[in-house]
Amino acid sequence: MDMPLITFTDRGMHCAAADVYIDPWRPVQRAIITHAHSDHARPGMGSYLCHEHSAPLLRHRLGSGIAVEGIPYGERRVINGVTFSLHPAGHVIGSAQVRVEHRGEVWVASGDYKVENDGLTPPFEAVRCNTFITECTFGVPVYIWQPQAVIFEEINAWWRANASEGICTVLSAYSLGKAQRIMANVDTSIGPILTHGAVEGCNAAIREAGIELPETIPLTRETDPALIKGALVIAPGSAVDTPWANKLRPYSSGIASGWMQVRGWRRRSAVDRGFALSDHADWPGLNAAVRASGAERVITTHGYTDLFSRWLNEQGIASHTEKTAFKGEEVLAATDEESTA
Amino acid sequence: MQQFADLITRMDATNSTNEKVQALTDYFAVAPESDKVWTIALLSHRRPRRSLRTNELRTWAAQEAGVPDWLFEESYHIVGDLSEAISLIVPGNKQGNSGTLTEHIELVKALKGLSEEERRARVTGKWRELDRTGRFIFNKLITGGFRIGVSQKLMVRALSRHTGVPEDQLAHQLMGDWDPATIPFHDLVHVEESAAAASRPYPFCLAHALDMPPADLGDPADWMAEHKWDGIRGQLIVRGGELYLWTRGEELVTDKYPELHVLRDALPDGTVLDGELLPWRDDHPLPFQVLQTRIGRTSVSARALKEAPVVFVAYDLLEQDGADQRERPMQERRKALEAIVEQAKQNRLRLSPEVRFATWEDLAEERERSREMHSEGIMLKRRESVYRVGRKRGDWWKWKVDPLSIDGVLLYAQRGHGRRADLFTDFTFAVWKGEELVPFAKAYSGLTDEEMRKVDAYVKQHTKEKFGPVRSVTPMHVFEIGFEGIGRSPRHKSGVALRFPRILRWRTDKDIRDANTLEDLQELLHAHGQGAR
Repeated sequence: MDMPLITFTDRGMHCAAADVYIDPWRPVQRAIITHAHSDHARPGMGSYLCHEHSAPLLRHRLGSGIAVEGIPYGERRVINGVTFSLHPAGHVIGSAQVRVEHRGEVWVASGDYKVENDGLTPPFEAVRCNTFITECTFGVPVYIWQPQAVIFEEINAWWRANASEGICTVLSAYSLGKAQRIMANVDTSIGPILTHGAVEGCNAAIREAGIELPETIPLTRETDPALIKGALVIAPGSAVDTPWANKLRPYSSGIASGWMQVRGWRRRSAVDRGFALSDHADWPGLNAAVRASGAERVITTHGYTDLFSRWLNEQGIASHTEKTAFKGEEVLAATDEESTA
Repeated sequence: MQQFADLITRMDATNSTNEKVQALTDYFAVAPESDKVWTIALLSHRRPRRSLRTNELRTWAAQEAGVPDWLFEESYHIVGDLSEAISLIVPGNKQGNSGTLTEHIELVKALKGLSEEERRARVTGKWRELDRTGRFIFNKLITGGFRIGVSQKLMVRALSRHTGVPEDQLAHQLMGDWDPATIPFHDLVHVEESAAAASRPYPFCLAHALDMPPADLGDPADWMAEHKWDGIRGQLIVRGGELYLWTRGEELVTDKYPELHVLRDALPDGTVLDGELLPWRDDHPLPFQVLQTRIGRTSVSARALKEAPVVFVAYDLLEQDGADQRERPMQERRKALEAIVEQAKQNRLRLSPEVRFATWEDLAEERERSREMHSEGIMLKRRESVYRVGRKRGDWWKWKVDPLSIDGVLLYAQRGHGRRADLFTDFTFAVWKGEELVPFAKAYSGLTDEEMRKVDAYVKQHTKEKFGPVRSVTPMHVFEIGFEGIGRSPRHKSGVALRFPRILRWRTDKDIRDANTLEDLQELLHAHGQGAR
């Protein structure tokens, strides 16, 4: 039997025919990166190939000295006879599924993705393939997202109520992706948007990629307290309820994360409000993506992998799990920020 | 229902007690009268009787969601709450809920007696009609157990703001036997002489755990001590020639304890006693386990009456000759109580003996004897104190004996419920029997959030096998398990059953080889075992 086009090694997903790794977690010569989150884009690679909007983010997070090349969606790259191309994953700005074609066989490594159009990131695009490598962070059927319009209505109402009482609104979210999705979708007529340094750093890299974001004001020691009162502060989870946030008092705190779908998560998060807003696909989204790929085989990499694989097998789609170092969505832990701070 | 759903959403959205009370007060201002009554009922643990089996709900939900039963079960364990799991898994993205809370409760009550097909049609019909919060509430009405993070005390505070009736009076008013389906709101909160008045208990005075050295309480002479009995707190009422027995959970249990009915004629009319239901033989209490056999039963067998006869151990007098005694100082109430017990001359009615002590050291010594006495420790009551409503700091303290403890190895884990949802936090611990690890206790509480996350990650990384929702893990971690009592139990592999086991500490300093052995456990059983005397 031929060796599979992509194998799972202790360094990461490896396409041996091209000697290229996708989202490797240990140093390799040549890496293709699906997106700039720290569990997918790690330091120490000889070269990085990613979407053109991801390139400034990679430089921002991994250092300006890295060898990185950005290409647009759909552009084909042939390496050792293997054809690679990137396709929108809808996860965060610059996120891509990696399509790998060799001798008529097609694999897609989807990285992280969501199928709902968030209005900022180019929406997920189904790519036909034989083998689909998928995350399943929210791969159980209790995770069915409300349309984002409903969630943003809730966030706006909360912000508005806080602003009218003269208190600050602090929403914690991933610095890359969720933070920008929030600023692009909230009602900016309510008040100013202030940002934590980690968020503003990503903003700058995204603006550098030529993408427009609403006006944000970096929060510093000098920020006028009067401005803070009615503002929406967007910060990584690791900053909320630390001395950093003292300046913002009195404030109401919230978290935007898919985990907030479940009451138990909301209750132990010890914030005032939890909003179930995720950049990962929900249960219907995962199933739709698998079906649209037309894949006869699905490899699950992180999340509720064993459950989702078992479900797919029962649906007649051969599926198994491969162990990886990907983390999916984390609440509060916010390793993303800590590892790059 | 939308108003009630908004209330639940608002309460969920805050950790502040004040805001919760405000949310309830606002709700009382706008809700229909009958919904208010039902809300009071639900928040004081009076719920409609369960009208169907949760198995049916699981099956229907899985079918509505188009998922196999195993996947529904997994989802349920991930969410940690059946009502919520169903509300999330059933498709439908409606916004808003029509109809009143009362109408939904009536619908739930009417499910009883319907055919399965009919029940299913009504329940799934409602699922489709309601939004997520509505579905969650509706399911809670069916399954019971409405815990939404607001205590009865907070509910009474909000109701007091709404009605202007003082809190303590309201707390009393809401006690006892009233039917939310029929009582008008006005009567519930304003009419003291309602039909329920004859049987109505007083709100229980509750003790705080002593969280300082007893010497900080001042002069020992100002305090009265007694043992803290390990039974069921109860209130015994004789009024209008009838006897009523209430538990602290406001359950009327008169019929469950026929051996106490002799007290109806032995006590003067218009008497209310506060005390403890305790199984008793000869001159000492029996272990709580013995009482447990009586709790769930509605009818009492002759055997149970012989094996676990119950006495009422009285420690306070709340009403005498039909007059409320609660404002009198404790020592006066105690004197009057002693006289009443003396006069009654019934061995089913006993006085909780006073523990005499001259110094705090004396009392500390007596406390060490608690386990021998089958008590949980010492109760301290200020001699000059009035009988208060609910748990107030200052006059009543419970000074419990330190728990027994054993170091066990974490062997199995299961996902938790409520705020521990989707975290592996329900554990089974084991001790060594030679080279084998034998499970001896299940426990979940006692870890910090940080520790819970760490153990959860360990369980996920070191799962050996999965048995349904339970995972076995590679034994690596030792935890100190505390418990209040230990008894022989043929039903458990270890041969012992523990009372109130919980995690005291994660012994990261210990290797699994350092954990305790089954012999150690048996030694404890010998020394402190219930019924060991």
